[in-house]
Amino acid sequence: MTDAEAKFITYVERMPAFPKSVHKVIQLAANVDSSAKDMVAVIESDPVMTIKILKVINSAFYSLPQKITSIQRALVHIGMNTIKNLALSVAAIGVLNPHNKAEFDTGLFLEHSLAVAVLSKKLAERMGVPLMYSSDYFVAGLLHDFGKIVFAEFMPHEFKLALQQSKEHQIDLHLAELEIMGINHAQAGRMLALKWELAENLANAIDLHHSVAQGDLLVNCVFAANQIAKKCHIGSAGNPIIDALPAELISLFGMSLDELIISLGDMSLIKAEVQQFMQA
Amino acid sequence: MKFKFWGVRGSIPTPGAQTNKYGGNTTCIEIRTANDDLIIFDAGTGIHQLMQTLLPQMPIDAHILITHTHWDHIHGLPFCMPIYIPGNKLTIYGGQDLKTGEGIERALKVQMQHSFFPIAESELKAEVSYKTVKVGEKFFIADATITPVLLNHPVINFGYRIDCDGKSLFFTGDYEQQVNIYTPEDREYLEFEQMIEAYVDSLVSIIRDVDVLIIDSSFTDQEYQHKKNWGHGTYTAAIKLAEKVGAKKLFFTHHEPTRSDAALDAIYEELLKNNQELVCELFVAQEGLEVKL
Repeated sequence: MTDAEAKFITYVERMPAFPKSVHKVIQLAANVDSSAKDMVAVIESDPVMTIKILKVINSAFYSLPQKITSIQRALVHIGMNTIKNLALSVAAIGVLNPHNKAEFDTGLFLEHSLAVAVLSKKLAERMGVPLMYSSDYFVAGLLHDFGKIVFAEFMPHEFKLALQQSKEHQIDLHLAELEIMGINHAQAGRMLALKWELAENLANAIDLHHSVAQGDLLVNCVFAANQIAKKCHIGSAGNPIIDALPAELISLFGMSLDELIISLGDMSLIKAEVQQFMQA
Repeated sequence: MKFKFWGVRGSIPTPGAQTNKYGGNTTCIEIRTANDDLIIFDAGTGIHQLMQTLLPQMPIDAHILITHTHWDHIHGLPFCMPIYIPGNKLTIYGGQDLKTGEGIERALKVQMQHSFFPIAESELKAEVSYKTVKVGEKFFIADATITPVLLNHPVINFGYRIDCDGKSLFFTGDYEQQVNIYTPEDREYLEFEQMIEAYVDSLVSIIRDVDVLIIDSSFTDQEYQHKKNWGHGTYTAAIKLAEKVGAKKLFFTHHEPTRSDAALDAIYEELLKNNQELVCELFVAQEGLEVKL
C-alpha cells in the first residue's frame, strides 16, 4: 500500500457522516420507543454510516461464512442494539462539513448516490434477482462514488481541479482524477473495500462502475443506474459525461438507455423515493 | 459427557423462599467429558459454589466459555477461589468487545478495577489465560469440539455447541430470535423475512440433531409482547427451535428473576400438556440438576 493509500484509509476512519443522519441517529437512539426500521432507514441512506457498519461486520473478528452486504442483513446477524451502537459511534465523530474546500456539493452527491441505489435495486428486480439479494444492489449503488466524497475532504485542491477540468473539457471525471491525482474515485473505493474486507462483488461494483467489460450483473446494474440518474438529473456527483449503454448491456436489458428510462415509468416516482431517503 | 446446572436465573441473583426449588444463582453450567475434562458455560453467581466444590481437587484445569459479558454471565468470575491459588489453570474464552476491540480479558479487568473490587486482575495467582472466540471458528478442548455461533442479543453473544464422546449439546447463552422489523405493508417486509429464514436455516444446520439444547426461555408469549427487543426468548420459540433441529432434550433456562418456583411449575405443567406429541423431551433447568448423556 502506498503512503497516499494509507492516508486515504486513515482519513476515512475518522470521516464523519452526513449531518441529517447524524442528528437522526442521536435522536432515535435517545428515544426508547423509536423503531428499528427507522434506524435502519437512516443508516442505509448515508454512505458513510453504511460503509463503516459493513466494515465492522465484515471484519476478521466475525469471520462470517458469507460477506454481509446490506444493513438489513447485518441486523439479522448482530442485532439491532449493536447496529445502533455502531451508528452512534459514527455519529460521535461529528458531521460532514457541507462546505468543503473542493466546493463539491455534498447534498447533490448524496441525492445522486441514493438515486443510483434506488435505480440499481429496481434494475435488479427487473432482472429477476431474488428479493433477498436486491438490497445488495441498493448498497452497491449507494457506495459506488464513495471515493469522491473522501477526495473532496481529503484532497480538496486536486479534486477541485479535476472537477473543473472534467466540466471545462467535457471529459469523464474519473479520467481527470487519474490525470491529476494518479488515482480515481473508483480505484480508491476498491482499495478501501478490499482493505476493509467488504464483499468482493461490492468492491468490483465500486471499481468497475465506469467500465462494464468485465462486470457481473451487480456491476452492470450500477453502471446503467448511474447513467439513468445522470440523464434524469437526479442529484449530481460532478461527472458531466453520460455513457451510452454498451452492446452487452443493450442485449442484457433488451433495450437502449433511453428505452430503459421510458420503461421504468414515471421518473417522478423514483425521484420521490430518493427524496424519502433524503428525509429519512 | 455429563452436565450440571449451577445457576439458571436470568439478570440478577434471586435468593429466597420463592426460588428454593429452581435456584436463584445466575447462569453457570458445568460440563464434564468422559475423561473428566472440565468445561464451564458462563460465570454467573452459580460458579462460586461450583468452584467451592472443586477446592479439594486442586490443582484444577478449567475452561470457561463466556457467552457474553452482561453482568449475570460474568459476575461470579472474581469469586472463583481457584484463581487466587497458584497451580490452578483457568482458560477463559469469549468474544471481542466491539467498541474497545479488547478480548474477553476485559470482563475480569473491568470488574476488578480498584473502585469495584479489592484485588486487581494482575494479582491473580493461578495461570489465567484468555482466548478470543470467532464466529463459526471451531476450537478444541481436550476431546471436545466447540462450535461458536453468533446469536441475537443486545451485545455480542455466542451460543456454543459441544461435541464430545459421541454426544452433543448446545447452549444459547442469551438469545432472542430476530423478529421482522417491518410490517407486512412495508416493501422491505418480505425481503427481511427471507433474510431471517436464511439465518435460521444456517443456525439449524449448525445445531442439527443435538442431544441436548439449553435455551434462554425467559418469557411466556404474553409477557413477550411487552419485552420485544430485550434480547430474550420465549418457551414457545425454544420449542420451535428444538423441533426444527431435531433435539432430543430441551432445557428451558434463564428464568425471569420475578418468576417463583410455583409460577415455573405452572408454566412447565402447561407446556407439557400442550406439547404431548412433541418428540423432544422438555425440562426446566434447575440448580443442582445433573444429566448424564
